[in-house]
This record gives sequence, C-alpha cells and structure tokens, in this order.
Amino acid sequence: MDYLFQQLINGLTLGGVYALVALGYTMVYGIISLINFAHGEIFAAGGYLGVILLSYMASQGVMDNHPWFGLAFALILAMGYCAMLAMAVEKVAYKPLRSSSRLSVLLSALGMSIFLQNGLMLTQGVYDKAYPTEFTHGGFEWLGVRVSFMQIGILAVTGLLLVLLNALVFKTRIGKAMRATSQDKVMSALVGIHSDKVISTTFAIGAALAAAAGIMVGLYYGSVRYDMGFVPGIKAFAAAVLGGIGNITGAMIGGLIIGMVEILAAAYIPHGGEYKDVFAFVILIGVLYFMPTGIMGENVDDTRV
Amino acid sequence: MAAILELEGVCAHYGRIQALRDVSLHVGEGEIVTIIGANGAGKSTTLMTICGIVRASKGDVRYQGASILDKRADELPALGLCQVPEGRRIFPRLTVQENLDMGAFLRRDADGIAADLGMVFRLFPVLFERRKQHGGTLSGGEQQMLAIARAFMGRPKMLLLDEPSLGLSPMISQHIFRIIRNVNEESGVTILLVEQNANMALKLADRAYVMETGAVVLEDTAAALRENADIKKAYLGQ
Repeated sequence: MDYLFQQLINGLTLGGVYALVALGYTMVYGIISLINFAHGEIFAAGGYLGVILLSYMASQGVMDNHPWFGLAFALILAMGYCAMLAMAVEKVAYKPLRSSSRLSVLLSALGMSIFLQNGLMLTQGVYDKAYPTEFTHGGFEWLGVRVSFMQIGILAVTGLLLVLLNALVFKTRIGKAMRATSQDKVMSALVGIHSDKVISTTFAIGAALAAAAGIMVGLYYGSVRYDMGFVPGIKAFAAAVLGGIGNITGAMIGGLIIGMVEILAAAYIPHGGEYKDVFAFVILIGVLYFMPTGIMGENVDDTRV
Repeated sequence: MAAILELEGVCAHYGRIQALRDVSLHVGEGEIVTIIGANGAGKSTTLMTICGIVRASKGDVRYQGASILDKRADELPALGLCQVPEGRRIFPRLTVQENLDMGAFLRRDADGIAADLGMVFRLFPVLFERRKQHGGTLSGGEQQMLAIARAFMGRPKMLLLDEPSLGLSPMISQHIFRIIRNVNEESGVTILLVEQNANMALKLADRAYVMETGAVVLEDTAAALRENADIKKAYLGQ
C-alpha cells in the first residue's frame, strides 16, 4: 500500500510535467491546427536555461542562502525567455505560411525542431549537463511515503500554473479572444480581434509552461541533454491527443494519465521499467484507433476550443 | 445626405472566378439600404469585401470619406463598421454572455458596455435567460438574435446585415426587422441589408440595389422597386 502511494505521488509529479508540455501542443493546435513539433525543443531550451542560471547562481552562493528565491528567479526568467523564443519561431517559421497548406506548416515545424535541437547541441555540447541539486535534498515521510521537498515544489508549481492558465483562458479578455479565434477566425476579425497577436500570445503562453516543465524535469532527474525535448515532447503530444487535441482541460487530464500509467507500469509490470517509454505510445495508438477525438474532444470538424 | 459608405468599381475574385464586377454603390448616413438578388449574385461577397475579409482586386471602398481598402478586417469595428455575417457565425463554445462580450471586444468604457448589455437583454429577453448557455446550443432564431445583439454591443455607426431572416419563422423575422428599424430610427445607425426575402427588405429599406451574377443591375428607391414590373415578377413572386 505504501509502495502504491509512493508510485501515485511519483506519477502525479511526472504527469503534471507532461500536462504542462501538452498544453502548449493543444493550445497551438486549437488555434492554428498545427502540431508544433518544435515545442519539445522549447521545453529543452527551458531546461538548459535553468541549468545555466542555477549553476551561475550556485557558484555565486545565491543557492546556499536563498534557494527558493534562486529557483523562482530561474523559473520566471526561463519562462520569459522561452516565450520570446517561441514567438520568434512562430514569426519566422509559421506566420509566413499562414495561408499555405497544413502540410507545409507541419514540415516547417519539423525543420524548426531539428534546427533548434542542433542549435542546442552546437552551443551547449552533446553531453549531459548536471543540474546543481545540492539544495534540493530533504523531504519527509508521511504515512510511510517518502516525499521530497523538490517533489512538493514541482507539484505546487505545476498546480499553480494550471490554475493560472485556467483563469487566463476562461476569465480574461485575452483568454476569451483566444477561444473565439480558435472557434471562428473570420468572425473574430469582424469583432476586432487581431488574430496574429492572439496566435503569437498563444505560442508564448504554451512555451512559458513548457519552459517551467523543462526546469522541473532537469531538477527532478538531475541533468539535461540537448535531445531531452524529443521523447517527453512526443509523450506530451500523446497526452494532448488522449485528452482531445485542442481541449485545454483534456491536455491536463491526458498528461496526468500518461504520467501515472508510465510510473505504475514501470512499477508493477515485470521489466516495465525498461519499456516505460513504450506505454505512452501504446496509449497514443490506442486512442487514435479507438477514440480519435480523445476524452474531451467534442468533434473533429474544423472548429475547436 | 453625406455618404457614409461608397463602393466604386469594386471587383473581387475567388481564385480565378470573378465574384464581383465593377460594383458601385453608396449608402447615406442614417439610411437603410438593401441589396437584393438571387443566390450567388455576389451580395455576401460585397459585404465581406467591405469588411476586408475578401480583398478587392480593383476599385475602392470608402467609409466616412476615407479609403478602407488598406485596413485589416479587425481594424474596422473600431471605426463603427460592424457586420452580422451570413450564417450568423456565433462562437459555438462561448456562452451567450461571452459572445456578447466579444461584440464589445474593442471597447473600454465599462459603463457604456453595461448599459448596452442591458439594452440588448431588453430587446431580446431570451438571451438573458440563456446567457450562461453555449452559443451553439441556441435555436436558429435565438442565434440570429445573438448575432445581431453581438453586433449592437460594438455600438456601430453602420451595420451590415447578411440575411437576418434566413431560416426563421415569419413571426421572428418580423420581430428582427422591427428591431432593425428601431435601431436605425432611434440610434441613427446606418443599415446595409442583404436579403433574399425581397418583399420584407423592400418594405424596410429607403433605397435598394439589385445584383445579378456579381454586378449591380438596378438601383432605385425601395418604393419604386416594389412597383417595378420586372422586380415584382423576378423577386416578389407576384
């Protein structure tokens, strides 16, 4: 029983991270029907910026004296940086193709993904970069379950970001504009919404969430690598499809399910750990085959949330 | 009467197909003008070209004396030019309230917006009852009311209406036409109305244009067109 609780906590942590990345896929898909393959690389860029900032702050002693301040600072800076990076990517690689076929934009996204990944490799090297994690030690036991402060931190930040995103999308003016634009671009222009701005904002928000996820994954696993965006990117994509691509609540649910399944399968299926990456793809194939609209997907026409 | 809207020799294309041929028309400030014509005559394309959704390949569109051809579609509502488009285009998964909010997207005057919201809820009480429902769950008539109410929320100087009676019962159509007349008489909103129901349109309008295959073929006062033998036969079913 304790073991199960332990795994559930782990699954929640990982699932929350997938959910953050999945949101970027689903929001961009919702608004311009593009599977943004470069999204995983934005996540990796966030992880790298985190390691650079945290290592620097650790070398300056900031992390010994004010670890939480240092983490928050790195998180916010990485989120801002990745938001700008994603807006630049959108402007260079997707906006000029707005009226082209969907395939052209998709290919451009693939190209962007390769470009960014190689850019990371050339500037940061091919080897793993270790996160400074001295300050992440510590934790407590609760009902026989070991919970690290880092895990609590990741869960808290993930939860906070998900709540903030929900409020942004469903309560604010820009959130309403995003939903309107995703449902009907012509009509949203007729009420005065500048769709280019809304699309750019959508990329920025998705990228900020991915950057936060990148840092948290770096902290959780202790290192980052230039190609770290690929597998989590595809898993998060699977999560978005599972939830119903284009649906924000769906992406959150899908991310949690994929994270849980991966952890529980690794824990309970013999040799499951060796195949842990497989389960997300099994789910992806299963969803595409049996339930292509996903859990929350209302329809497969050209209007989406 | 000063013209608020003028089209001069406007042409538009969908790919290689020419949808508008040298369309020229004008609408005076405070007027109700209607464009009648059969399906595919270019009426909706004319409205979409005025609003910058369809790009004119030739000619000029002037609003309040200045050309608006170089403006993006989303810049026009700020000038008081709003459209209720063909097919209503309700945001299906926004609530009725949110659809109305979108109509006032560019406005910052919270008091004015609240006042206008009260006004449209008085005009269309059913929208108040359904304000928390998704737009997509409304009936056709309710959606048409919402589409018009949403346009009112932009506090337009000029309203372009595309087939407001399409698919509605005669009673609801008449209700909607009465509201259009009221907003014109009481608030001085200029109306350009596209209709297949020529009978109702010509009763409401001051002047009318008749379009056929992308071109304006006839222009006159609505009263005169109602007595025109060709129009009676072709459009009024008499």
